[in-house]
Amino acid sequence: MKLADKHIIKTVNLSIGYTSKKEVKTITSNLNIDLDSGNLVCLLGENGVGKSTLLRTLTKVQPSLKGEIFINSNKLETINYTDFSKILSLVLTERLPDSSLTVFELVALGRQPYTNWIGYLTTEDLHIIESAFEKTSTTHLKDSKCYELSDGQLQKVLIARALAQNTPIIVLDEPTAHLDIHHTIETFTLLKQLAKDFNKTIIVSSHEINLALQLADELWLMTPNQFISGKTETLISNNSVQQLFESNLISFNKTLKQFTISNSQ
Amino acid sequence: MINPTKSYKNTFTLLIITLLVIVFINISLGSVYIPLKQIFLSLLDGLVEKESWKAIILNYRLPKAITAIIVGSGLSISGLLMQTLFRNPLAGPFVLGISSGASLGVAILILGAAFLGANITAYAFTNWGQAIAASVGAFLVLSAVMLAAIKVRNTMSILIIGLMFGSLTAAVISVLAYFSSANQLQQYLFWSFGSLGNLSWNEISALSVTFFIGISLVIFIIKPLNSLLLGENYAKSMGVNVKRTRNITLISTSLLTGVITAFSGPIAFIGLAVPHLTKLLFNTSNHKILIPAVAISGAIIMLICDSIAQLPNSEYTLPINAITSLFGAPIIIWLLVRKRKIYY
Repeated sequence: MKLADKHIIKTVNLSIGYTSKKEVKTITSNLNIDLDSGNLVCLLGENGVGKSTLLRTLTKVQPSLKGEIFINSNKLETINYTDFSKILSLVLTERLPDSSLTVFELVALGRQPYTNWIGYLTTEDLHIIESAFEKTSTTHLKDSKCYELSDGQLQKVLIARALAQNTPIIVLDEPTAHLDIHHTIETFTLLKQLAKDFNKTIIVSSHEINLALQLADELWLMTPNQFISGKTETLISNNSVQQLFESNLISFNKTLKQFTISNSQ
Repeated sequence: MINPTKSYKNTFTLLIITLLVIVFINISLGSVYIPLKQIFLSLLDGLVEKESWKAIILNYRLPKAITAIIVGSGLSISGLLMQTLFRNPLAGPFVLGISSGASLGVAILILGAAFLGANITAYAFTNWGQAIAASVGAFLVLSAVMLAAIKVRNTMSILIIGLMFGSLTAAVISVLAYFSSANQLQQYLFWSFGSLGNLSWNEISALSVTFFIGISLVIFIIKPLNSLLLGENYAKSMGVNVKRTRNITLISTSLLTGVITAFSGPIAFIGLAVPHLTKLLFNTSNHKILIPAVAISGAIIMLICDSIAQLPNSEYTLPINAITSLFGAPIIIWLLVRKRKIYY
């Protein structure tokens, strides 16, 4: 890798959206991202602003409309799916289909990109699975069935699965949507710790703005008109965060680092 | 070190022993009583008291038992594959329109013989004739479904398209039946009852070869099938080629069910019920365990149904299709009521 291109994810004039037979629907254009590894990134924005579309484009689920995406200086479209599964793992917001998979089996599925044709787990695979359990403190759950878990436990186990996939990048789509405040904070702290201790690049889309402002290294702010990315501190001080919601109802309080209800009336 | 998945050695040993016992029971039962010792002698090619006994065992009961094993395992595995692919517990080997295609083929052969000219009537009542008609019918309907599947990205839509083709063919068969004679109708009805007997060793070889091709394909998709348990998006993110897995699943299912239906008629229920029974017994979703387990359980249940259908020591044989449902449905209901929920 060239020294100049140390960015793990880089986009150049990226446009995202959907193409159908009749028309091209652009959601956001001119996205320029330069992300270094080992950062926890929070993607913030209103519902429907295109957060999922951006994540789907970055994770090779749907094609971009214009511009380039580079992962480790390689063009995204030149990376095949097998190689890509060793670079980026996912934690999705969708419900898992009913199955009687055990927690161990679920986490072990994360080893699929590395195992042989029948999915045999080597000693090395077992070690990596074990350490994924330890990092997420879920070892005690490994013999449970997935359907027996609470939402909070399931989320941690899904993160363990992503860790077992052993990828430098982990993308999570609204991981805390079904969680109470305790488990939300626990999940965010865990992600922060994984980014710091294991140099993982973690991208989280979330509505937990207050937590994101406290824990995220970088923020990606999406509004209908623009996309702003940068260090959390910078974005707070230059009033970018304030622009997240075009509303008179709430305003951003810099000292508290959180949105508060406007008391204009 | 954490231990990998639970070992099912004991359950498997038990299943295999049960299978061997049931094969033997199946062979020893029938309209003619044959002493146990003579059965052994026939199988081991020893001296048998009556030559006719040996003939019954080797040319009638043994082929029938082998057919039952292949039909039972093949349909059950197909059912399991369809249930995983469509993530739908109601899916079975026939959701792709294979059985309706086969039925249409046979219906055209038997019921439509009058329209098509007398020269095919001669073939209408032979095993091979019906098998070929069924295969061609199944293949054509299946190709139509597969062509549609290429255009359709959503897996659920394929399920619905398969069901629609089923309705279409059923309608064509109704029209054919309306214009047919009683004799032809009876003949068609007999085919649709299903039958495991009457297969020659030649036909059994054809059946076995296709069975093994189908099974070999299945072995290669065990790993991707397991990741599909998390849904297509997760599977893709783990590097699984979902489209290829889907196609291999469809091809092996159609091979297995197509050929089985061609030779033994549309045998209901087994493909739908056996995977459920096995999941209840093994309580796992791991295909590495489920596929062999489903294959053995399918064979056992088919053999039991066949033994019952023979009505031991009587001259009558009941339609196998009726037995599979009569026997299987109450068991599934009982198990579900007792255990409440099956997790896939």
